[in-house]
Amino acid sequence: MFDRAMRRKLFSHGMTILTGATVVIVLIPLFWIIYESALLGGSVFSLGFFTQNIPAPCSAHTGVTCSTEGVGSAIQGTVYLLLLASLYSVPVGLGAAIFAVEYGGQRAFARAISMAADVLSGVPSIVAGMFIYALLIVYEPAIVFSVFSGSLALGVIMLPIVMRTSEEALRTIPHSVREAALALGISRWKTSVRIILVGALPGVLTGVLLSIARAAGEAAPLLLLDNGSLHPCLSVDTVCQSLSLTIYLGATSASSNYVAIAWGAALLLIIIILGLSIVSQLVLNRTARKWGQGS
Amino acid sequence: MTRGNPFPTFPSRKTRAVSKWGDRIFLVLTAVAAAGLIAVLVALVVVLYHGSLPTINALGLNFLYTLTWNPQGNVYGIVPFAIGTLLTSAIALLLAIPLSIGAAIFLTQHAPTWLREPVAQVIQLLAAIPSVVYGFWGLIVLVPIMRYDVDPILANVLGWTGWFSGRHIGLDVLTASVVLSIMTVPTITAISKDSILAVPRSQKEAALSLGATDWEVSRRAVIPYARSGIIAGIVLGLGRALGETMAVTLVIGNANVIPTSLFSQGQTIASLIANDFFEQETPLELPALLEAALFLLIITLAVNIVARWIQARFQAGRAVGAE
Amino acid sequence: MAILSDTIKMDVQHLGAFYGKSRAIEDINIQVPDRKVTAIIGPSGCGKSTLIRCLNRLHETTPKARVEGSVLLDGEDLYQLDPTAVRRRVGMVFQKPNPFATMSIYNNVSAPLRFNGRPSREETDAAVLRALKQAALWDEVRDRVDAPATSLSGGQQQRLCIARALAANPEVLLMDEPCSALDPIATAKIEELIGQLKNDYTVVIVTHNMQQAARVSEFTAFLYLGKLVEFGPTEDLFERPKEKLTESYITGRFG
Repeated sequence: MFDRAMRRKLFSHGMTILTGATVVIVLIPLFWIIYESALLGGSVFSLGFFTQNIPAPCSAHTGVTCSTEGVGSAIQGTVYLLLLASLYSVPVGLGAAIFAVEYGGQRAFARAISMAADVLSGVPSIVAGMFIYALLIVYEPAIVFSVFSGSLALGVIMLPIVMRTSEEALRTIPHSVREAALALGISRWKTSVRIILVGALPGVLTGVLLSIARAAGEAAPLLLLDNGSLHPCLSVDTVCQSLSLTIYLGATSASSNYVAIAWGAALLLIIIILGLSIVSQLVLNRTARKWGQGS
Repeated sequence: MTRGNPFPTFPSRKTRAVSKWGDRIFLVLTAVAAAGLIAVLVALVVVLYHGSLPTINALGLNFLYTLTWNPQGNVYGIVPFAIGTLLTSAIALLLAIPLSIGAAIFLTQHAPTWLREPVAQVIQLLAAIPSVVYGFWGLIVLVPIMRYDVDPILANVLGWTGWFSGRHIGLDVLTASVVLSIMTVPTITAISKDSILAVPRSQKEAALSLGATDWEVSRRAVIPYARSGIIAGIVLGLGRALGETMAVTLVIGNANVIPTSLFSQGQTIASLIANDFFEQETPLELPALLEAALFLLIITLAVNIVARWIQARFQAGRAVGAE
Repeated sequence: MAILSDTIKMDVQHLGAFYGKSRAIEDINIQVPDRKVTAIIGPSGCGKSTLIRCLNRLHETTPKARVEGSVLLDGEDLYQLDPTAVRRRVGMVFQKPNPFATMSIYNNVSAPLRFNGRPSREETDAAVLRALKQAALWDEVRDRVDAPATSLSGGQQQRLCIARALAANPEVLLMDEPCSALDPIATAKIEELIGQLKNDYTVVIVTHNMQQAARVSEFTAFLYLGKLVEFGPTEDLFERPKEKLTESYITGRFG
């Protein structure tokens, strides 16, 4: 007969197995999605997939040869969006981080700026899109629907990420470095930029890469602001296609080639995001070793 | 011995002037950036409020408790979507919380140390997948499985509860909740894991020395101590779920009504905006959508602030009680 | 050897300093003679570090820090000048050696030159050579000036920091317990170095080690609980202390 102690032990073992099972359960959707994307997305990968623009919609069973090439215009559009969004978010985010760390230190207003960034990072991306829409419709209605406007919304999403990661990176530089530089009569701004920032650069870069990875996958604000064109970008004030919206297109379209293209776009996005994450992790590891040498 | 050096005029007058101005300009530039960040936050609220004034003036507080959304009839009520949002988020949390905490417990208490971080990183990949990919996968892969395999079982087994009534086409509140729960898991797991790791060893050792089993140590000593941190993680996950758009809008069925069962098609506030944005048939529709966006903004901000406040208290409490 | 016959390099007048509301030092009056070594001694927490950090205006970079009184350098009040300019004339070496970890030995020493002007390669080389020689480090690193600064031992890193501070060509060199993180051999090397440095620079050194103060300095200030108890020629202070408190400290009655 099992006594109480035995039962408790068995129960504990059972819970260990159960919790192990939850890890597996949690990982199933991840591998499932990656598997489906690799299978269905990989099958449309070709040189033409990356270079051709989005073709006309069609369905395979109509007998017409249905092209699944490609997402060239979407790639170009996403690149434009990310470049522009970085143009706004990186200087402002980095500047705010430097201000908080160099001039705020531990003071209350430095924490207020960090808190504002944290609060901003919780804003849903669709709300960011509506915000830019409401803003531009009043002041610059001509570019409300454009790659520029989409990039503004992505900038709003990227800004808090850049700011917080830059702030963390700057704060890892020990205070003794700052004191050593100041004691040599190096001016404050040179200390901040040429010594502290240079030392924190890998962390800052990582933050930028991570924020780009996040923005690359955003679709909600683009749905509102930068939607509908299948062609490549000609100028900043026109609507362009983007990778994330290509997926949305595949989801809402009846044409089978669009669904296939969407899988390809999904795989491409996953690869890009994973790639950016891995690169940023490598950058961080290399610096950890560099700073770790000696005292 | 002379004090001569190669730099008798070092630093030059020019360098001195430049560094003074350099300091001033630098301070101004960075201060402007910091102000800009705060300005964006403030502008979000102000601009959305300004844009929704037409409906705020026309409907007043009715917006908050009207049960229907009918642009043609100029009836705009946020209730169906608030319910949709709350329902999907609640079910998502119901599914995600046990899984996330279970995973966190396994990773921190049972898994070998070298395995912990790599597996945790892999779980974080779930957060890296864009929500539109989740929506797309959900629509193409999950919806048919729900419709043909899962929903019938649920209807049979749990139909008596009344929650699983009606035709199930797979595009419904339930599927949206499932997708949402997958997306919420990484947040809760990461924060729970960190909270559990922050529990001092002494707590665990005290319980072990009293003869508690591993599970009892987790349940009675470790988790209660990490409770605030875990709750903060849950609230943070909730904040993300509330604002999720793309994954939800593709699988929820997009019906602007109050759902009566988990198999009903529904709509969240976020999916409403995404779905109805291009309709804009009547003049009040856009301001109404802006008001919905403002409503969503305020809710998510409030939830986020609560989560961070709990986190801050948890850190403070730990600092006080830590060895 | 009275103080009056030496030129006064730094005249500290009624100096007080605060961290927020709490006062660290009060009404300090010291006349630091030119090209001599002045030591500041006292038990832990007496304010020695705060005092020396007021002499190059580093104290005010701490949040909520405040200073009152004045510090005259060759007659000019440092607190009326631009802080950055002050720090180029009054250099500092810290308790824990803090070379720039990502830079080489050469780049560490040349940092004050590179960041404060645009010297040519020859000028920088000459300045770095001179500084490393003055810091008694040149012989040990002549073959590896491009090696990372962190490849040096603790004592060598401290001499590197001294070289770096000297490369900025200051008039006064402040040393805040420069040997407390070092072993006895490295300490002896630095004390020997101080003996040579005073030919060219005015040195102010904070130390918790009385014997060290007695060995290296010509003048000593004894601080207790933020106030100046006694200041005078080292020999006089140690052998014929005027204050009872000084005598108690020196005879080891309290640490």
